Amino acid sequence: MNRYFHHELHDLRSMLILIAEKANEAGRLAVEGFLSSDLEKTQHAVKLDDEIDALEIAIDRASVRYITLRSPVSSDVRLIFVAIKASHDLERAGDEAHSIAKRTRNILTRDGSVQNKVEIEAMSKLAFGMMKDAINCFLEEDLDLAESIIEQDKEVDRLNKENFKNLSMALRDGGIDPATQIETILISKSIERIADHAKNLAEEVIYLLTGE
Amino acid sequence: MTDENKPIIEIRNFDFAYGDAQALFDINMDIREKEVTSFIGPSGCGKSTFLRCFNRMNDLIDIANIKGGEIKISDINIYDKEVDVIELRKHVGMVFQKSNPFPKSIYDNIAYGLRIQGIKQKSVLDGVVEECLRGAALWDEVKDRLNESALGMSGGQQQRLCIARALAVKPKILLMDEPCSALDPIATAKVEELIHQLKKQYTIIIVTHSMQQAARVSDKTAFFYLGKLIEFGKTDDIFMNPTDPQTEAYISGRFG
Repeated sequence: MNRYFHHELHDLRSMLILIAEKANEAGRLAVEGFLSSDLEKTQHAVKLDDEIDALEIAIDRASVRYITLRSPVSSDVRLIFVAIKASHDLERAGDEAHSIAKRTRNILTRDGSVQNKVEIEAMSKLAFGMMKDAINCFLEEDLDLAESIIEQDKEVDRLNKENFKNLSMALRDGGIDPATQIETILISKSIERIADHAKNLAEEVIYLLTGE
Repeated sequence: MTDENKPIIEIRNFDFAYGDAQALFDINMDIREKEVTSFIGPSGCGKSTFLRCFNRMNDLIDIANIKGGEIKISDINIYDKEVDVIELRKHVGMVFQKSNPFPKSIYDNIAYGLRIQGIKQKSVLDGVVEECLRGAALWDEVKDRLNESALGMSGGQQQRLCIARALAVKPKILLMDEPCSALDPIATAKVEELIHQLKKQYTIIIVTHSMQQAARVSDKTAFFYLGKLIEFGKTDDIFMNPTDPQTEAYISGRFG
């Protein structure tokens, strides 16, 4: 029997999907802004971050309300627990997008365009692919997909380390403004963090589906 | 379920005693129409006594004594001398802790109230019986055995039959005194679903010992302790962020 308040769980799921889509879009726009020296895209990413913050608060409130008023158990409790944890991960992913957008704006203001794109493109493709998979494995309740995301994170970590090595060598050799080099290192790090959050989401979906 | 719903019951400075023992102290509250209001509190706090004041069930107790204040239902002071108590109870139906169907058929349980009002026309009675059983989410379960004894129904069905019977005289307000305390979780869920449906048409006041039930079914919650109304407000606020430390202690199980 479906109870009259079960639609509130459905609403919670919808909010979680929405915040995930927005976080992924914010990250994608911020990185595209970097790769194509497009300030407008970075501004859009910053605007999305505000919406993500508001959604995280709404998800927290709805979750606490459901726990307090509806006495949930079993998979319903897990869903709420996952909603709270996942929305926090997604809010942090939104913060990383904001940070990428801000650093891109700094670079563009200083240098006019982004010169050193190193491995950002390949790395971001992987990270946002992981984020998209994380949303899909939640939607489709796909355990195999969730487990595959955890593996992909290792490649993002490797690319970030490579970026750090290359960029710090370039910093030592001179040529490009050191501030730009450092900000590019930090952008690489932000993408690596976004992949970490996608991995966390995958782990949360595994917990939702298996209870472990 | 919004604050815009107008008050249907207005309680002002209401004091009630059993003989010399005061049971309710200076109660003030508005109950709004088409809302579910829960009364919670430990045994002996006065919540059932208060509930029984709304249809003057306490008149049946010799030592019951209204010491002061008033209860108005639809702007009429129900303790005025000229108020017809039978008429009042038609407007304010009641469902009790233990289901108490008459030892008659399912059909006759619903039709009883109408028959004593003088309604005998079968087509009218048939219509009301179906309407009330549908209203109590019972029609599909019993439509093929309306002439069987109500006592053969399950506990949960009997309780919903009592709700259907209360609906037959077209009340505005339904009082429920621990309506699920004798029911299993599935029957309880069905009654709660029914309460949720009924509030579209009726104002419901429910006394319950289950705080989870109060949290699930009601728009407003009132916490009583030692005959006093300690806190009354939106159920969300009472359970998520009560203002009175006694409410907090009670709902979180730290009381006593």
